[in-house]
Amino acid sequence: MSVITIERKVLEKNDEVARQNRLLFAQHKIFAINVVSSPGAGKTSLLERTLEHFAGRVGVAVIEGDVQTDIDAQRVAKYNVPAVQIVTRGGCHLEANLVHDALQNFDLTNVRLLIIENVGNLVCPSNYDLGEAMKIVVASTTEGDDKPLKYPAMFRNSSVLIINKIDLLPYLNCNIGTLRANALRINPSLTVFETSCTTGAGIAEWANWLTARATSVNA
Amino acid sequence: MHELSVAQSIVDIVLQHLPKEDHVAVKSVGLRLGEMAGIVPDSLEFCFSAITQGTPLEGAALEIEHVPLTAHCNDCGVDGNIEPTLFACPSCGGRSLAILSGREMQVKDIEVEESEGIR
Ligand SMILES: Nc1nc2c(ncn2[C@@H]2O[C@H](COP(=O)(O)OP(=O)(O)OP(=O)(O)O)[C@@H](O)[C@H]2O)c(=O)[nH]1
Ligand SMILES: [Mg+2]
Ligand SMILES: [Zn+2]
Repeated sequence: MSVITIERKVLEKNDEVARQNRLLFAQHKIFAINVVSSPGAGKTSLLERTLEHFAGRVGVAVIEGDVQTDIDAQRVAKYNVPAVQIVTRGGCHLEANLVHDALQNFDLTNVRLLIIENVGNLVCPSNYDLGEAMKIVVASTTEGDDKPLKYPAMFRNSSVLIINKIDLLPYLNCNIGTLRANALRINPSLTVFETSCTTGAGIAEWANWLTARATSVNA
Repeated sequence: MHELSVAQSIVDIVLQHLPKEDHVAVKSVGLRLGEMAGIVPDSLEFCFSAITQGTPLEGAALEIEHVPLTAHCNDCGVDGNIEPTLFACPSCGGRSLAILSGREMQVKDIEVEESEGIR
């Protein structure tokens, strides 16, 4: 019996492709975000609302990750932005190489902001760097206020928290102050927005912040 | 369930490190796993044993070294173990923490044995 020392990161291959993606984004001055949440928290709705707010003024491209179907990419394409669907066929998260391949479908010269909607899942995507500038985690009020404590890695790894479905607060047992406090406990540097994709509340604030971030990177 | 894809990545790395000429069987794989790596060990072990059937890793044990979540407190300067659901300094309760360990996912080493297979 003999021992062979290896000492390598399990996800080093993904990290290497993510590094290449990041390089590509830098070359093209693209601000890339990786949007994560539990299934159904409202990622695609938020995207639709955000694109509606941009009304074509921002050069956006979208990558949609789903386990099955291209429904989400179809929803987004209605806003006249280039959208590519990645179907993971059972895979519970996007990996850097899938994003790398999807990028071949875009003319990157006009893209300033790349929005990647990850597969609805609060665990797996936190391990896979896609090359994004930041992760945006969406938590909806219907999921309760303890999500951050149950999924600390995702909240720790994200830069922005969007609390969505605030229109439903009157009907729920969710204390938005507690949700905020729990998230900030895990990650004090989170920027927090509160939105409703139904009423449109908070969308302008979030979309303007995003535009400012994207343009400061591109400047 | 990204344990399947993690297991596949582990197998890929191990196969790259097996001696080219000799027929060997992998007896164990040493893995370093952080408390906040987002991996369920039981499910990883299950996936690992399933995908190693018929490979030089068949029957190999996955020996997991669990790494606790530790951090440096920017408020009081203490390094300590952090409760993942509390995320506060164990000494002063401070919230400004720089994580020191707990996110690891590394293949450390493997134990191999000459196999009886054709040489
Ligand atoms: N009341 C209310 N419903 C919302 C809001 N945002 C989204 N929804 C609804 O929630 C459901 C899921 O929304 P999606 O935008 O598809 O959620 P998603 O996160 O993209 O879902 P997956 O991609 O499947 O993970 C839809 O029925 C939306 O209409 C909101 O702010 N308020
Ligand atoms: Mg969606
Ligand atoms: Zn302290």
